[in-house]
Amino acid sequence: MTATTAQAPILRARNVHKAFGSNEVLKGIDMDIVPSEVVAILGPSGSGKSTLLRCINRLEEINKGFIEVDGEQIGYKLQGDRLVALGSAAIARQRSKMGMVFQSFNLFPHMTVLQNVIEAPMGVHGVKRRDAVELATSLIEKVGLADKLNAYPRQLSGGQQQRVAIARALAVKPKILLFDEPTSALDPELVGEVLATMKDLARQGLTMIVVTHEIGFAKEAADRVIFMDGGHIVEQGKPEEILVNPQRERTREFLRRVL
Amino acid sequence: MVDVSSSQSHSRPEALPDRQSDDLRDVARAHRPIPKGKVLLWVVVLLFAADFARAVGTNENFGWPVVAEFFFNRTVLEGLWVTIWLAVVSMVLGVMLGLPLAIARMSNDPLAKSISGLFVWFFRGTPLLVQLILWYNLSFLFPEISLSIPFGPSLAAWSANDLITPITAAIIGLALNEAAYMAEIIRGGLLSVERGQKETAEAFGMKPMRALWRVVIPQAMRSIVPPSGNQFISMIKATSLVSVIAMADLLYSVQSIYNRNFEVIPLLMVAVIWYLLIVSVLSAIQSRIERYYARGDQQRVVFDNPETVTTQEEAPL
Repeated sequence: MTATTAQAPILRARNVHKAFGSNEVLKGIDMDIVPSEVVAILGPSGSGKSTLLRCINRLEEINKGFIEVDGEQIGYKLQGDRLVALGSAAIARQRSKMGMVFQSFNLFPHMTVLQNVIEAPMGVHGVKRRDAVELATSLIEKVGLADKLNAYPRQLSGGQQQRVAIARALAVKPKILLFDEPTSALDPELVGEVLATMKDLARQGLTMIVVTHEIGFAKEAADRVIFMDGGHIVEQGKPEEILVNPQRERTREFLRRVL
Repeated sequence: MVDVSSSQSHSRPEALPDRQSDDLRDVARAHRPIPKGKVLLWVVVLLFAADFARAVGTNENFGWPVVAEFFFNRTVLEGLWVTIWLAVVSMVLGVMLGLPLAIARMSNDPLAKSISGLFVWFFRGTPLLVQLILWYNLSFLFPEISLSIPFGPSLAAWSANDLITPITAAIIGLALNEAAYMAEIIRGGLLSVERGQKETAEAFGMKPMRALWRVVIPQAMRSIVPPSGNQFISMIKATSLVSVIAMADLLYSVQSIYNRNFEVIPLLMVAVIWYLLIVSVLSAIQSRIERYYARGDQQRVVFDNPETVTTQEEAPL
């Protein structure tokens, strides 16, 4: 949890721009994240925070700048001084270093909980079935769903589904875990169980980028809070600075509205 | 308005011995009277059906003894076998070709997209009967079929007359036609799967083909299977068209018999019953396949009952 800034960053984003047609969503994002750091990205809807997350995993292609994860540029390769776009196999390999948790869970509905969790380790990372099942079982236990191994996603509550989704993301032993508004689609009484699981992970030293509306989570579990608005990073810092004593008027206004 | 005021005047229930009347009102002990109209309708329908069955059964023009005589006739059974394997082979080839056509149609690649579009346009847009006749008479259009570099030298060549027999013409014609329809059915199924599923699979590092195979297609099967069953059934009947190119299928076989003994109706009844039997077996298989792909879709909520969950086993295929 204690992130020393001397460490080499595991993620570097430089001057990242992204536009959908004429609609510019990201207007020059610079971001460094060091291993074991937990970063919460806050901001009003439309501020570009989810898009930034999707660009890191190259679910969206960026238009300018670059993103680097674990020393590799996402989606491209530098050959001499020529920058060459990667093919789908190479992109798949880069993505396999990251785990992602979606707002709407996106579990595979035709697979049981266990099958959901072992799918990527076996199919992408070539883990043997027995090892994959062993790891998956322990992860599913860890998120408190040991009795649901053979249930199908539709038989679970939203909170349980999202915890399975977290176990699925952990099963690929990701270098970075990306959370895209993981509690936004949940009934209020189910938010707590998912946040508790995430706080647990934060304590275990995983590198996490969490796009969220949960100020409470940011305050308790994040090492750093980034506030975004209009495609820019407005300000960032320790949660106690940003959330208690924000410097920018835009941040203050946002916090007044959500708190 | 009158109703409202009168009901308001009765708004306070009479003071009954409460406990007892509450017990009487418990819906768990309610009777459901059998609707008389429904019973009457059943009786009438059954009477008509029985009368119709009697009329057909005792009608000598149907020639039931002749039907019984030829039902297991060797020629008929051989024709039945031809119909079945022709349908199965054409269906398998149709699916194998239809799947890549559907994927090509949905891709972003303009070349793949337009080739697939053209294929579907042509084979869906022309009558199957005409296609079969054209394939059968291919040697008339192209006496020699050769494998060659476009506008360049030929690598290998065959005489179309040797290549095209009734069997190959029937298989090619039925399979290509089937592929065009299956491509559209499969495309519809793939479109029915939520976009987030493919995205999630790819976010975990699955290559596009693996994501398609492991995540998208299994979910698309739910909406692919019912129209495919339909398509297969109509293809089994369409195989009867191959009798025009002298392929000895079920229909052709009974025709060849009634051309000799002139028992037209009884022999057509033989064919009709066999077709109905095949289709019944297929429908049963189809509903098992549908149940298999509906796994994971039970809407029953079993949050806190692990026993119920573990009994949700996959239906054996």
